[in-house]
Amino acid sequence: MIAPPLVPLAEAAAAAASASSVTSPWPFGLLALVAVVSAVMVVARRKTLVCALFLVLHLLAVAGLYALLGAFVLAALQVIIYAGAILVLIVFVVMLLNVRRESEGGRSAATTTIGIGVGALLALALGRAARDLSTQTPDGVSPGFGTVARLGDAIFGAYFFPFELVSLVIVAGMVGAVILAKRKLED
Amino acid sequence: MDAATMLATALKVVILAGAVISLVPLLTWLERRGAGFIQLRLGPNRVGPLGLFQPIADGLKFFFKEDILPPFVHKPTYVMAPIVALAAALTAFAVIPFGSKLHLLGVEVPLRIVDVDVGVLLLLAASGLGVYGIILAGWSSNNKYSQFGGLRSAAQMISYELALGLAVVGVLVFSGTLRPELIVEQQAGRLWNLCYLPVGALALLVAGFAETNRAPFDLPEAESELVGGYHTEYSSMKFSMFFMAEYVNMFTSAALLTTLYLGGYVVPAFVRRPLGLEGNVLALCEVATFAVKVGLLLCFFIWVRWTLPRFRFDQLMRLGWKVLVPLGFLNIVWASFLVVWGVGR
Repeated sequence: MIAPPLVPLAEAAAAAASASSVTSPWPFGLLALVAVVSAVMVVARRKTLVCALFLVLHLLAVAGLYALLGAFVLAALQVIIYAGAILVLIVFVVMLLNVRRESEGGRSAATTTIGIGVGALLALALGRAARDLSTQTPDGVSPGFGTVARLGDAIFGAYFFPFELVSLVIVAGMVGAVILAKRKLED
Repeated sequence: MDAATMLATALKVVILAGAVISLVPLLTWLERRGAGFIQLRLGPNRVGPLGLFQPIADGLKFFFKEDILPPFVHKPTYVMAPIVALAAALTAFAVIPFGSKLHLLGVEVPLRIVDVDVGVLLLLAASGLGVYGIILAGWSSNNKYSQFGGLRSAAQMISYELALGLAVVGVLVFSGTLRPELIVEQQAGRLWNLCYLPVGALALLVAGFAETNRAPFDLPEAESELVGGYHTEYSSMKFSMFFMAEYVNMFTSAALLTTLYLGGYVVPAFVRRPLGLEGNVLALCEVATFAVKVGLLLCFFIWVRWTLPRFRFDQLMRLGWKVLVPLGFLNIVWASFLVVWGVGR
């Protein structure tokens, strides 16, 4: 066993927030609403670039949720990496390919039916899962959770090896992408 | 957060944003006079003393110009783009500490707006979002020149954001904190970070030029090739918002370099001790010190813009990826060595 089970950061941050005091439900409600609505718009809009922009909005709302829970590092990294870098690249590709005109075509009845069916199944499954969801938050999270120092200790202490392995996986992915994208390799 | 802190924060936001935005006209005047001086001509010198009222006249002109909404644009994004550009630029500035603290009516007011332990990351995040303003402007204008400007800008800003981030990380490793005010305070007791990490300072300076889309890195709006680049279709206040965003970004770049490498707002000991500066007077002197450093850097920005010709795009990419990124890594390794050796602690 190489990697010890990683506690999802968002979950832990939620615990940290319950340890601290969340006074008003309004900021959470607003951010959650923006996150859900923008997530729906990502699939509902036709223009690819507008979809990508709603994805940016969604990521920003989720970053806001992280910040609300006291996980500022996570929030900042979410904005820098996802909203600031990855989505910019996606938008770049969308503009470069100029997919605007292709996406104008309509959908067939079959795809619509299948889509609705799969969506209903997913909603059912999520609903069942939500019913069984425990509302109890794990306790025992020390104050100061989610700060830079704590995160650094975790990444370069207990989880050092898995963390470095992840970077290796990313490098492998990048090399693979370059190899695939190059039509022919000179030897 | 109590009412006094909230009020103080609100006041700081209004004052700082107001100061930055109203300094933009002054900076445009400085830019045009500086350009005139460098090119052996006068520049604007007719309106008011030394032409100082010229930017006010220009601003009024922007207000009264017709706000054209071309029929072929994608309206929501077209309208949103300048707002995003300016908002991101102003947000990034909120992280910069411009003094230690002021005592007002028994309340201690820290002279910075945002107070989180990830300050520098927040600045990178905000400036990273600024690129959307330019990309959106390029895409929504539905015009090939704008589109090319947007594309170039996206490629350029992604590349140089990486170089900028690496140059910043070196300082973070060296000082062991993400709080800009702590980085500044550390430099008070010893030499500036510039003396320990000269390579990083150079990389940050160059990346700062590129991030502000200024010459020699102004390819997104290269007028000889792209008409006006991403803002070709913009007029009136919408255009002027892009314009302001560029100058605010200049302020931010200069302020970031000042904070991380040039000792920030700290009043040098050889000035502070003989004059016996204390309390609020010291705080105001700190703000003045910060303003002088930023001002000198801005003059340097202007000097460079009117001295160097524009890069070709392949040169730009080569400089970003093959020179600045390795320099950034070198800077981090060097900073790690300094930490291990215990230098500057």
